[in-house]
Order: sequence, then C-alpha cells, then structure tokens
Amino acid sequence: MIAYLDNSATTQCSEAAAEKMMQVLRVDFGNPSSLHTKGMEAENYIRDARKIIARTLKAKEKEIIFTSGGTEANNLAIVGTAFARKRLGKHIIVSPVEHASVANPMKFLSENGFEVEFLPVDSNGRVLIDSLWDMIRPDTILVSMMHVNNEIGAVMPIKEAAKIIKEKNPKCYFHVDAIQSYGKYEILPDRWGIDLLSVSGHKIHGPKGSGFLFCHEGVLLQPEILGGGQESGMRSGTENVPAIAGLGVAAQEMYDHLKENREYLFSLKEHFVSAISQVEGIHVNGLTGEDSAPHIVSVSFQGVRAEVLLHALEDKGIYVSSGSACSSNRPAVSRTLTAIHVEKEYLDETLRFSFSVHTTVEEIDYAIDTIKSILPILRKYTRH
Amino acid sequence: MSYQAFVIKYGEIGLKGKNRHLFEDALVHNITANLKNVDGEFRVDREQGRVYVEALSEFDYEGALEALQRVFGIVEICPAVLTEDNGFDQLSDEILSYLDETYSDKNFTFKVLAKRGRKNYPMNSQEINMELGGRILDRFPEMKVDVHTPEKEIHVEIREKISFYSEKFKGLGGMPVGTNGKAMLLLSGGIDSPVAGYMIAKRGVSIDATYFHAPPYTSERAKQKVVDLAKIVARYSGPIRLHVINFTDIQLAIYEKCPHDELTIIMRRYMMYLAEHFAREDGDMGLVTGESIGQVASQTMQSLYCTNEAATMPVFRPLIGFDKQEIIDRSLQIGTYETSILPFEDCCTIFVAKHPVTKPRLDVIKKSEQNLNEVIDDLMKQAIETAETILVEAEDVR
Repeated sequence: MIAYLDNSATTQCSEAAAEKMMQVLRVDFGNPSSLHTKGMEAENYIRDARKIIARTLKAKEKEIIFTSGGTEANNLAIVGTAFARKRLGKHIIVSPVEHASVANPMKFLSENGFEVEFLPVDSNGRVLIDSLWDMIRPDTILVSMMHVNNEIGAVMPIKEAAKIIKEKNPKCYFHVDAIQSYGKYEILPDRWGIDLLSVSGHKIHGPKGSGFLFCHEGVLLQPEILGGGQESGMRSGTENVPAIAGLGVAAQEMYDHLKENREYLFSLKEHFVSAISQVEGIHVNGLTGEDSAPHIVSVSFQGVRAEVLLHALEDKGIYVSSGSACSSNRPAVSRTLTAIHVEKEYLDETLRFSFSVHTTVEEIDYAIDTIKSILPILRKYTRH
Repeated sequence: MSYQAFVIKYGEIGLKGKNRHLFEDALVHNITANLKNVDGEFRVDREQGRVYVEALSEFDYEGALEALQRVFGIVEICPAVLTEDNGFDQLSDEILSYLDETYSDKNFTFKVLAKRGRKNYPMNSQEINMELGGRILDRFPEMKVDVHTPEKEIHVEIREKISFYSEKFKGLGGMPVGTNGKAMLLLSGGIDSPVAGYMIAKRGVSIDATYFHAPPYTSERAKQKVVDLAKIVARYSGPIRLHVINFTDIQLAIYEKCPHDELTIIMRRYMMYLAEHFAREDGDMGLVTGESIGQVASQTMQSLYCTNEAATMPVFRPLIGFDKQEIIDRSLQIGTYETSILPFEDCCTIFVAKHPVTKPRLDVIKKSEQNLNEVIDDLMKQAIETAETILVEAEDVR
C-alpha cells in the first residue's frame, strides 16, 4: 500500500489540470504576446485562469499577477514593497515562524538597511496579535504574516491583524503568505484588508512552476524581473501558459468543493490525531481540531530520530516530511519548532503528516499501524 | 593553423623491459576509452616510445586535453600540428606561421629539437635543427637561441607524417590502469575513500568497491551520493564494480550485543570480512581504505591494528601519512570534494558512541565479538546474498 502523506510538500497534479496543460503544450502553444490568432488563443487560457482565480478571492482580474510559484510571489511582495516604498519608511514587521521564502527575503532586507522586527508567537505557533498595535509605527511599510504555518498547521489571525494594521497605519501594506491555506479556506483580501497574498499552484493539485500574487489595486511594487512587460509589467517573461492554465483548473476544483473538502480533511485529521495519540511517547505539536489547519499534523516521537523514522516509513510506502531537516553534517533547526519552544530533544524527532482530498482513512490507518509496529524497534537502537 | 594531434610522453612505463608493450597497450587502450566521450574521431597509435593521438575529424580540443589529463601513465601532453612531407621549405614556412600565430610576444629563448624517425628524409636531425633555427632567427629577430635552458622547445618529428609542437601540459603521471591487477576499495560517502581509490588507481590498479548502507538509518540519497563519487573516480580508474551491502542488521546486532564504545571497531572488522568476500569473488589482490593514522578514534594505531587483523588480504592505505588538509586538497583536485561534503548520514556515524575506545585491545574486541556467535554467520550470509552490484561508468561532469 502507498500512503502519500506529504501533501504540504506537494500534491499530485489533478487529471483535469494535466489534460488542460497537455492541450496548451501540444495544440494551443502560441505566445500570448503574438499578434496573430495563435497568440490570442494562448492569451485566452491566461484570461480564463485569471478570471477563475479572481473569483475565488472575490478580487479583480487585474489584481492577479502570475508568478513561477509561491517563493517568487513572496519575494515580489516583500522585496517589491521594500524597494518601492523605502522613501516612506524602512520598518517591516514579520512573524518568526515564516517559511524560508519569506524569512530569507526579510534577512536580505535587514542586511540592506531595513529594520525587520518579529512578532511574538504563543506555544501553539499563533501570532500574539495584541502586540501588533504597539509595534506598528508611522514608518512601518509592511507587515507580513503567513495564514497557515507549513510545519504545524497553526492558523494566524490574519483578519484581526488586517484590522489593526489598517486602523493604526492605513498606509502600511499587509502581506499574507497563503500558500498552505489557499484552497482550504475562503479568503477575501479586499474585504479583510489584505494588500498582498501569495499562492502556489502545486500545493492545490496544480502544476509546479505555477502560482500568483494577489496585489490589491493601487498597491505599488518594484518588479524584480524586468523585460517585456508581461503581467502589467510586474512580472516580465513569456507567460508559462500551460502552468497558468493548469493552475486555473486546479483552483476551480478546489473552490467548487471548498466546504466539503475542508470537512473531509478535518475528519481525516481527527481520525489521525485520535489514533496517533494512543501511541506511547508521542506529542502532537500545536492545536488540533478546527483551531488549526485541516491538513497538517506535526508529531514528535520521543527517542526516534525523525530522519530514521521517515526512511523506515518510506520503506513501507508511506511518505512524510521531517519537521526539521537534521543530519550529522547540517543541523538545520526548524524556526517554527524553535519559536514554539518544542523541547530540544524533540527538534530532531518531529515528523509532519499532511493530507489531501485524495487521502483515505485506510491510508491513515495503514500509516498508524506501521508506526506502531516500527517504533518499538527503532526505539531500541539509539545513538549514545 | 590549429592542433590536430597530441604527442603523449610517458616516463616510468618506458622502463619496464620486456613487459613494456603491455604497459603501452594499456595506455593506448585507456586513452582511447577516455576519448570516447569527447566530440570528434581519434586514432591512437604508438611508435618509438611515444603515443600519438591524431584527430580524424573536427574535435573538441579542450575536451580532448582534459580527457588526456585524466589518464594515468601520461607524463606530458603536447598538442601538435600534423603536416604532409612537401619538402623542407614548405615545412619551415608552416612552422614559422605556426610560431607567429601561437606567440604574439616573441621575446623568448628557444631551441629546435628535430627527430628524424624516417631515415630517408634528405636532412638529418642536426641539419634540421641548424637550418630551421636559422630561418626562425631571420624571421623573428626578437627570438633568441638558448640550447641549454630554452623557454620553448620547438619539436619537429619526421615520421610517415610530420608533426611539430612547442607547447606541453603536465599529465597525471602514475601507471596505466589495468597493468597492476585489481583491488577492492571500501568506499564511503566521505572525503577520504574516493581519494584512496584514486591513489591506488594511479599506480595502475583497477578498482572494485564496496559500500555499506544501513536503511532506514541512511537514505537512498546517501547511496546515490556514493554512486556519484564512484562515477567521478571512474573518470580516472575506469569502470568500477560497486557492491552495495545492506549492513543494518549486522550493525544492530553489534549495537545490541557488544559494548557501545567498541561498536565502531567491531563494525569495521565486519566490513573488512565482507569486503574481502567480494574481493575474492572479483579476483582482487587487496583491500583499499581511506584511513590515515590518528584522524579519528577508529584510525589510531591500536584501532588500525584491530581492524587490520580481520583481513587476510593485504590492506592498502594510500592516505596513511596524509594530513586531512592534504586529503581535502587532493579531493578538490580530482573533483570529488563537492560531492563528498553533501550532508547525508553515513553508516559509520549513526550509532557512533560519544567516547569510542581509542586504544582497543584485540583480545578484548575478539571477546566482545563472541557475543555475536549465534547470529553473525546468518547475518553475514544474508548481507552477501542481498548485496546489489552496480557497474559504475565514468560520467563526464564538464
């Protein structure tokens, strides 16, 4: 049996999306910038995808900038804001549990004259929103916060954050990394007060190399990729038409069944958490139930190195991620797990299980049974 | 005018008396094999203590030169111009225009070194030296003759065809792989063992290899890394038969039944047994390890003594007197370093004790090994039966 429980790393591309892409790759392969009909055909795919995506966010079509994925969307939002607005101020606020594609642009900015300040989080990885009011200054140009944390599934209070930001300093932009939440929740950036929102295609059964940045009308960014002026000049380069078309199909599928899908995922998660909780010497990180994301569970296994358990599970056809990639040569400690004060010994003993609508109860039961049978063996042999 | 050939000079193998042709044949064979991945068609000939590589088509000059610089046994590589015999006047004109094109700054000393292999050529070597030297001086007055320590030697070789050259590149030295039997390399994903393999191959020895992996404690990527390292070493040594041995159960048994501070030594002793099994199967005459004295606990004199005792074949340790930095320098030079430092767990490090014994005693180790008596034969048999053999060919990484 195969149990792919690593859907926060990537998902299988949906059949309809793949079919659409094949059509674009093989038949309607024109360059959208070409003046002839072949170009127009291609442009229509982009137009359709943009329409679908705008509708899912109740946004305007021109507010969608297609990118090569989540990382590029985050970079464009953060570095693009900083460079476009540095005359207004150089203060930026960010959560300490962000993905590397936010954390590293922030690091780059702080090394280049910007002042980056971190919000506090509670032991469940949620941003403590109360301190945000006091941290926002007249020279704060950007607040960036993820919606759903990729490692433990914590859901951030982005609606409340947006309200505080717009009240305290209406000129400050608010960026949300929605890479783990788009397709799981309804997100209404315009109504809530979100200026910038990043999404990745391959996390929602779209193709890799696809994604977009929602950029609210009137928000000014400095583009990072300069060239032929595609995507309203915000992202030059011939559009990745097949990927964009596939992304559109995937987004449509996600939002056609948003509520049922979420309920299904929550039921899987509940099933998983209650079963894994029976196992001795484990700890589920962060909140469970509907207080955290429907598709992510982080579990620490006392006395077992995550990487070893991961490879042992892999051998049985079960695919998961380690919460914190560690090895003897490269101790890369997870920012999130560190920020929520997971005990030191657990840092290297944490696995992430993440589900999709294609995940079945049988797969979860198989994974749990396998874990139960190999844990005692692995625990017998530990490094001294 | 561009180079169409390389004159290959070899040193040590010229001294091998009656076996000389075996060494030369191996050199020709290895040169041919290494040029296989280079764009162009080549003919490799040997004649009077030289190997000539002649391009029969347009070819990738840089690629060919690099390929030749990876062949053990070559001391010097001289890119040469080939020409037909149309009389001495035309030959001198060609050499003059070659010099003109090759050296924009002609402020150097030189000497002409002609070698007449074809005795019916109307001038002898000395006459060519004198006459050509004179014509060069007439044409390029900045050039000066220095017969003792010239900056450039202008070689002219008269055979069926005529070749001339004045540039030279260093080869790797050593002896052609395949002329000194075979050995079994204990290859890990670290920095040392690929270098050890390279050093042994440099002396003409073909290589087989064993790698011990320990799933789930080591990953598929760790194994891929070792295969990648073998591909790089194979660029010098030729194809490597790599035996991938699943070592997990043996390791766990040792862990369970023997003192933890002796784990590494006992483990290494079983690696020796297993490597020797496959060495015998493959017809190897010795084992090769990347050990150097005192580098880690398992490489003290006492530890080496204990490990060595497990082998009945000779164990060659070409890095024994190297410092770590010297090994790193060599691995950078041969191109294995960047792959070696990729961060994947090695089977040697997974259960390593905090304070392993540094002065193990063989009698104590052997006594501890007796705890394994009940299980070890089966486990060894299983490890041998489940081993996977991969023929690793050189991969060009340009």
